[in-house]
Amino acid sequence: MIARLVLLSVLLTGAAPLAIAQERSALLPDVPAATGTPHKEGNEYWRRNHMDLMRHDRDLTMRDGNREIGASLKGCFDCHAAKDGTGQIVTYESDRHFCRACHDYVAVKVDCFMCHRSTPDGVDEGAAHAALVPHVPQREADIRGLVAYLQQNTAKPAVISGEAGQ
Amino acid sequence: MKIPTAKGADLSRRDFLRSGAAVASLTLAPGVTLMAFGGSQAHAAADAGKRWGLLIDANKCAADCSACVTACSDENGWKGAGNPETDAQWIRKITLKNKATGRETTMPMMCQHCEAPPCVDVCPTGASFKREDGIVLVDKHTCIGCRYCMMACPFKARSFVHEPTVNQKSHAPRGQGTVESCTLCVHRVDKGIAPACVEACAATGHEAIIFGDLKDPDSDISKRLAQFPSLALRPDLDLDPGVRYTNL
Repeated sequence: MIARLVLLSVLLTGAAPLAIAQERSALLPDVPAATGTPHKEGNEYWRRNHMDLMRHDRDLTMRDGNREIGASLKGCFDCHAAKDGTGQIVTYESDRHFCRACHDYVAVKVDCFMCHRSTPDGVDEGAAHAALVPHVPQREADIRGLVAYLQQNTAKPAVISGEAGQ
Repeated sequence: MKIPTAKGADLSRRDFLRSGAAVASLTLAPGVTLMAFGGSQAHAAADAGKRWGLLIDANKCAADCSACVTACSDENGWKGAGNPETDAQWIRKITLKNKATGRETTMPMMCQHCEAPPCVDVCPTGASFKREDGIVLVDKHTCIGCRYCMMACPFKARSFVHEPTVNQKSHAPRGQGTVESCTLCVHRVDKGIAPACVEACAATGHEAIIFGDLKDPDSDISKRLAQFPSLALRPDLDLDPGVRYTNL
């Protein structure tokens, strides 16, 4: 939705916009391509509803022992195991992980991978994954990091108040 | 437990997943041996008409063998982090000694899958629960790690995960800050396969653990319970555990 609004506003403002639109798009999540058969309901449906579907089915599987549902995190990674530049399947620790592609963008941290493995069976998660800790906001460092991130990813340098003096 | 927002769209999705499930069940078929436990067909859900249990023959349990513990650890991906006091123990070998005669007996000890489980009674969030078929589990989605269940369990069957976890088995998720215990290998039972400890014990030739349906009078476990004396641990508590012992 936000993406559409941004695109719309860019289009409405007229000239010079195409270049900016491309630059802006670098901020939007790059959803890693999946393998296998696409979801019948379409990606839009799944992007909006996947958490409800998974929560609903996890209760049926866990509580009722219904194993025919087939919607499990394990099942997700059959097709959604994102890889890094070297072709290695990444864990949730990497920002290339399929779930993080969007969840980082909307600043929602998921706890699934505290208990569930974030890779398909047989793909080692490594110790770095275990070191994942809840993010504790560090005011100064975080602001600087965010500014650096925005500058790196946008055409226009982001400026926030108070930053100029540093 | 239904989530209204997902409900409307659920039907089409169910159909979609069915097609995938059919393929999966084909590949599963060679491993399905549910008939051996007195079952008829693989059920879509835990069956209230069954009650899964174990019968452990302490006479057949060898003192120097811990195949069941190793098999459980391998199957479910729990292992020690070098802190014996807090390390997870889904199953452990214990030794009983008769002080008068000096006779020692060893046997495996795990969640007893009680019919009236104290861990379920005390759980403040409903995370500790019993399935229709008698398997007692922890729903880690709702477990807050308070450990009341660990205190309530008279068998010390539950463990708390203190360390961050990696490389969990996809069929046995486990994570820091939650309580866990023997699941009776629920992922195997749902496929019609006996728990890993039972399989491992049989593989050593001891055959000290038998798995089966306590509600089915024709199952091997029910026949033996009917034929030979057996014991529920802590019978004074009247918990009606699903795990029974003989020759203690």
